[in-house]
Amino acid sequence: MRLCGRGIRCVRGGREVFSALDFEASSGATLAVTGPNGSGKTSLLRLVAGLLTLAGGTIDLAGGGAELSLPEQAHYLGHRDALKPALSVQENLEFWRDFLGGETFDPAHSLAAVGLDHAARLPAAYLSAGQRRRLSIARLLAVRRPVWLLDEPTNALDAAGQGLFAGLMNDHLARGGLIVAATHAPLGLPARELRIGGAS
Amino acid sequence: MTLIDLANPTRFLSLTARLLPWLAAATAILLLIGLYQSAMAPDDYQQGATVKIMFIHVPNAWLSMFVWGVMSLAALGTLVWRHPLADVAAKAAAPIGAAFTFLALVTGSLWGRPMWGTYWEWDARLTSVLILFLMYLGLIALWRAVEDPSRAARAAAILTLVGAINLPIIKFSVDWWNTLHQPASVMRIGGPSLDRAFLIPLLVMAVAFSLLFVTLHLAAMRNEILRRRVRALQMMQVAQSSQRPA
Amino acid sequence: MTALIALIRRDLRIALRVGGGALIGVLFFLTVVVLMPFAVGPDLALLTRLGPAILWLGALLASLLTLDRLFMADHEDGSLDLIVTSRTPLELTCAAKALAHWLAAGLPLVIATPVLGLLLNLDATATSAVALTLLAGTPALTFTGMIGAALAVTLHRGGLLLAVLVLPLSIPVLIFGVAASEAAITGPVSFGAPFSILCALSLISFVIGPFAAAASLRQGLD
Repeated sequence: MRLCGRGIRCVRGGREVFSALDFEASSGATLAVTGPNGSGKTSLLRLVAGLLTLAGGTIDLAGGGAELSLPEQAHYLGHRDALKPALSVQENLEFWRDFLGGETFDPAHSLAAVGLDHAARLPAAYLSAGQRRRLSIARLLAVRRPVWLLDEPTNALDAAGQGLFAGLMNDHLARGGLIVAATHAPLGLPARELRIGGAS
Repeated sequence: MTLIDLANPTRFLSLTARLLPWLAAATAILLLIGLYQSAMAPDDYQQGATVKIMFIHVPNAWLSMFVWGVMSLAALGTLVWRHPLADVAAKAAAPIGAAFTFLALVTGSLWGRPMWGTYWEWDARLTSVLILFLMYLGLIALWRAVEDPSRAARAAAILTLVGAINLPIIKFSVDWWNTLHQPASVMRIGGPSLDRAFLIPLLVMAVAFSLLFVTLHLAAMRNEILRRRVRALQMMQVAQSSQRPA
Repeated sequence: MTALIALIRRDLRIALRVGGGALIGVLFFLTVVVLMPFAVGPDLALLTRLGPAILWLGALLASLLTLDRLFMADHEDGSLDLIVTSRTPLELTCAAKALAHWLAAGLPLVIATPVLGLLLNLDATATSAVALTLLAGTPALTFTGMIGAALAVTLHRGGLLLAVLVLPLSIPVLIFGVAASEAAITGPVSFGAPFSILCALSLISFVIGPFAAAASLRQGLD
């Protein structure tokens, strides 16, 4: 499976963020997108996730499912956690499992994998920022999709959490998945770098 | 960057620069002819001279709906083809349409005053025009509420099309409501077959006002394109100044 | 299908658990009805005559104020990003959210109508007529209002703008809702004619609402 973008152009609010951008990511590999603030790292991820429209160029997933579009085969983990404070931890995960569909796994196992099984019945409002981040990571485990698009994934995580997530990412790559991550900090695993904006 | 995108509008600007003086002249001439003919038309046996407000009121009422139609076409251009001129056309038309609608309301009110004794009656036609006016204002508010011009254009396009679908429903509902609550409207133009003495000035005024719309619309579109160019230049300036070393 | 049911269940759960839930809308409805006599005077005959109109206006305003949060909450916590790009067609998702919203906010208004009818001295026929028209008409208010909610989702002062955009589109529902109620009370027009038009308006909104809302959401994320 190969995700490649050719000649990508991004325009936000009338301003051109970047143009003529090429990138490639293959199964089992990680692409780390780096660059100064405002250079368009988040915009690139959102373009691949189907949340923004391309102003030019193409993005293709070769070797993916034939009837599914790229967004439908990707997990987008953005800055915000997509959690409802009024629902319990388990209810939040069960909802995304049911709504996103496809190849799904028992929420209890996913919660255990991120170390939140003890909090399963608690309202999500009681979680700390790091725990909320882990819960949204659990979503990536409960529904299996080949492409992971991660925007500053280790943001609220402590050292233990970062180690845990690095392990989960390795598992994903071992299963043949691919990862595109926008990040300031090192991810904890080998990655090719794509630098946007700033001095080349 | 965005200067390339404005290539089509550039042709539009040069074309309209040549066209506008002629259009303005034709509009002025037709309006003068229409007004003269309206003044020369005979008085209505029932309403006297006040019936002549109709020569301004009716074309304005027609135009208020016609402009929404123009905006709907522009909306299709924005949503289906993403044509930049469509955005500009829609944005420029809204205030003009609102102005025509407002004039229709004011002239309608003045026309009815001698008969009703009040400046307003909730009769079916005027009420429909009032609702249309509210919809115009809501649309203009939406244009101004969204910062990014292309996003504003798409949001406004959706609202325009939803409004276009709803306008017949609203008109039907208001007519229904009116017959339920009130006797027949007093604002009649003179029955199904309008006397020729009234019909010709009315048609001349209708064409004159349509030309007025086209002239104003093209001029407003030119202004909007120039405004967007200024914005693009300003943004380029900002981008360049932030790239220069501190 | 599972996806839509999961969405409806989630929205209902949140609506019932979060601050007041369904009751806030009913409380507002009650407040509006209570305000009327202060504006109009306590003459019971007048209030009874205005009864259907007061109840309909109260329901309209109560629906409108709760529509504000329909998409806003999901947009703010990032859920909307995932919902828009999911495998479920966005039009169906919007319809499901509108259905959940009506169950949580519109249906309670219908249930509260008999109690409020007492305040306005409406008899059994009148109250059931108003309740029935609200049952048929509040879905139209929700599905039409959803369009405004979707257009205003990315705007921070969306509330007033939403009302301005949605109210003209809600006028036909108001006209036929009140007309049907009054037809049942006084005649001369039969109840059936305006009531079937009211139902038709709801059915039309079930189609236009989700499509327009989905289109608005997609362009709003850009």
